Amino acid sequence: MGKYLLKRLGQSVIAIFGITVVVFVILHLTGNPVELMVSPTTPKEQMEILSEQMGFNDPLPEQYIRFLKGVLTGDFGTSYYYNEPALSVVLERAPATLSLACAALLICVLLGVPAGILSAVKRNKLSDAIIRVLALLGQCMPAFWLGIMLIILFAVKLHWLPTGGADEGLRSIILPAFTLGLFSAATICRLLRSNMIEVLGKEYIDVCRAKGLPARKIITKHALKNAMSSIITMLGMQFASLIGGSVITETVFGWPGVGRLVVQSITSSDFAVVECIVFLMAVVFVVINFVVDVLYCVINPRVRLQ
Amino acid sequence: MKKGFLNTWDSLRRSKTGMIGLILVLVVILCALFAPVLAPYDPLAQDLMNKLKDPIWAARSSAGHILGTDQLGRDILSRLLYGSRVTLIVALAGTIVGGIVGVVMGCLAGYYGKWVDAIIMRLVDIQLCFPFTLLALFIAAVLGSSLGNVILIAGITSWVRYARLVRGEILSIKEMEYVEAIRATGGSDARIIFYHILPNIISPVIVIATLEMAKIVLMEASLSFLGYGVPINIPTWGRMLSEARDNILTNPWQCIFPGLCITLTVLGVNLLGDWLRDYLDPKLDV
Repeated sequence: MGKYLLKRLGQSVIAIFGITVVVFVILHLTGNPVELMVSPTTPKEQMEILSEQMGFNDPLPEQYIRFLKGVLTGDFGTSYYYNEPALSVVLERAPATLSLACAALLICVLLGVPAGILSAVKRNKLSDAIIRVLALLGQCMPAFWLGIMLIILFAVKLHWLPTGGADEGLRSIILPAFTLGLFSAATICRLLRSNMIEVLGKEYIDVCRAKGLPARKIITKHALKNAMSSIITMLGMQFASLIGGSVITETVFGWPGVGRLVVQSITSSDFAVVECIVFLMAVVFVVINFVVDVLYCVINPRVRLQ
Repeated sequence: MKKGFLNTWDSLRRSKTGMIGLILVLVVILCALFAPVLAPYDPLAQDLMNKLKDPIWAARSSAGHILGTDQLGRDILSRLLYGSRVTLIVALAGTIVGGIVGVVMGCLAGYYGKWVDAIIMRLVDIQLCFPFTLLALFIAAVLGSSLGNVILIAGITSWVRYARLVRGEILSIKEMEYVEAIRATGGSDARIIFYHILPNIISPVIVIATLEMAKIVLMEASLSFLGYGVPINIPTWGRMLSEARDNILTNPWQCIFPGLCITLTVLGVNLLGDWLRDYLDPKLDV
C-alpha cells in the first residue's frame, strides 16, 4: 500500500507541475498578456513600457521559471484592482466558496443517496420512474437557469428566502447550495441506482433472503455497503466539481466567494487573480483526488492488497 | 455495426425515451434551419414602445409578440429561434473538433505507446484537473469572444474522453492476430489504424460524441450567460437568460423560455445518447 500511495503522490506532484505549465501557456496564448490587462485604445509605447516593467519581454522559459518560483512561494503577483497580493485576495473569499461547496455536498448526499436506494429497491415501479425523470432533468438543467427559477419561486413570489448575497446566514445559503448540489445529487442517484441493482442481483443477497432476513436489513446492512464503495470515490470527484461549478452559482446568487471573484476579475482584466484562482482550483482537485484514493485504500481491503 | 437502417429505426421506435430524444433534437434542428421563415420578427429589431411585454396569455402582453419582448423590445420567440442556430453550430462543430483531436490523440497514444502514450496521457490527467467551466471561461477570456473561439474551446475541453476511450480500445485491438497479419503482409501503420482499427471503435466514439455534445450545449450556454460566448449581436439562449436576469422582479417570464430551450435540447441529446449506447454498445460504461 505504501508503494501505491507513493506512486499516487508522485503523480499528483507531476499533475500540479503540469497545471502551472497549462495556466502559463493559456495566459500567453495571444502573445503578450499585457494586451489582456489594458484597454484596447492604449498607445503602443505605453504597452511596451508596461510589458518591460512586468517582464513580458523576457524569453518565455525565463518568464515561466519566474512564474513557477512565484507559485512555489505563494506569490501570484499583485491584484491591481484590489491593490493587494492576489493570493490573499483569493484566500479571503475561499471560506465562502468552501462552505457553499460543503452545503451543496450535504444536499447532494441527502437527496442523491436515499433517492438512489429507493429507485433501485422499487425498480420499475412508479416511484422509480419519478426519481429517474427528476434525476435526468437535474442533469440537463443548466445551473444558472435552475438558480434563477428558484429565485423567482422562493424569493420573488413566496418571499421565503433572500434573492442573493450572504447576509442572512443559513437562510441565504439554502438556494445556492441546492442549485449547486442538484446536478451532483442526480449523478450520485443514477450511479447508486445502477450499483444497487447490480448488488441486489448477487447470489449472497439471495442467501440473505433465503435465511429470512428482513428486507430492510438486507438493503442497509448487506447491499448498501457494497454499492456505496464506488460512491465514495464519486463523492470526492463531485466535491471537486462543486468547487468548479461555484463559478456559475455564485454569479447567479451574488455569493461572495472565489467563483464570483474569478468572473469579476476577468471582467476587470485582473489576471493575477484569475491565474491564481485557476491554479488553486486545479490543485484543490488534485489534492481531493489524492485524499479520496487514500481513503478508498483504507476502506476497501481489496485495493490495499493489490 | 452490421445493423441496417431499418433495424436501427425499429430499435429507436421501440425505445420511448429514444423517440422523445429524437423528436426534441429534430425540433431544434428544424428551428435552426428555418429560423428566418419561422421567426415573426427580425431578432435584432428593437421596438422600445413595446419593451418588456409578457407572453400573450399573461396580463401585460402585446399583440403579435407570442412570447413577449425583452428590455429593448426585441421579440423573444424570434430570438429563441435564431438562438438555436448558435447552439447547433457550436454543438456540432465543437463535437467534431473535440472528436477528431481526441481520436487522433487516442490513436497515437494507444498505437505507439511508450513516451508518446506517456505524454498524451499526462496531458489528459492534467486537463481533467481543471473544472470544465473554469477552463472554458479562462480560455475565452484570453482569446476573446467569437464563434470560432467558442467552437475551439468546446473542442479543447472535450477531447479528453475520446482520447482515453480510443487509447483503451486500441491497446486491446492492436494485439489481435488480424492486426499482426496485416503487418506481416506489409500494411503501413496508417493503413492499420484507418482501415482496420478505427472502424472497430466507431460505435463507442459515437456514443461519447452524443454525451459530449450535451455537455457542449451547456458549456456554450454558460459562457454566453457569463458574457464570454459569441459576440453580443448574435442572439443566444445563454445571453438572453443573463439579460433577463436583470428584470427578474418585473418580468419573470422572460427568464423561463431560454432556460427551457437549453434544458430540452440537452435532454433530447442525452436521451438520444442513452438509446445509442444501449443500441450500439450495451457494455460501454460511460
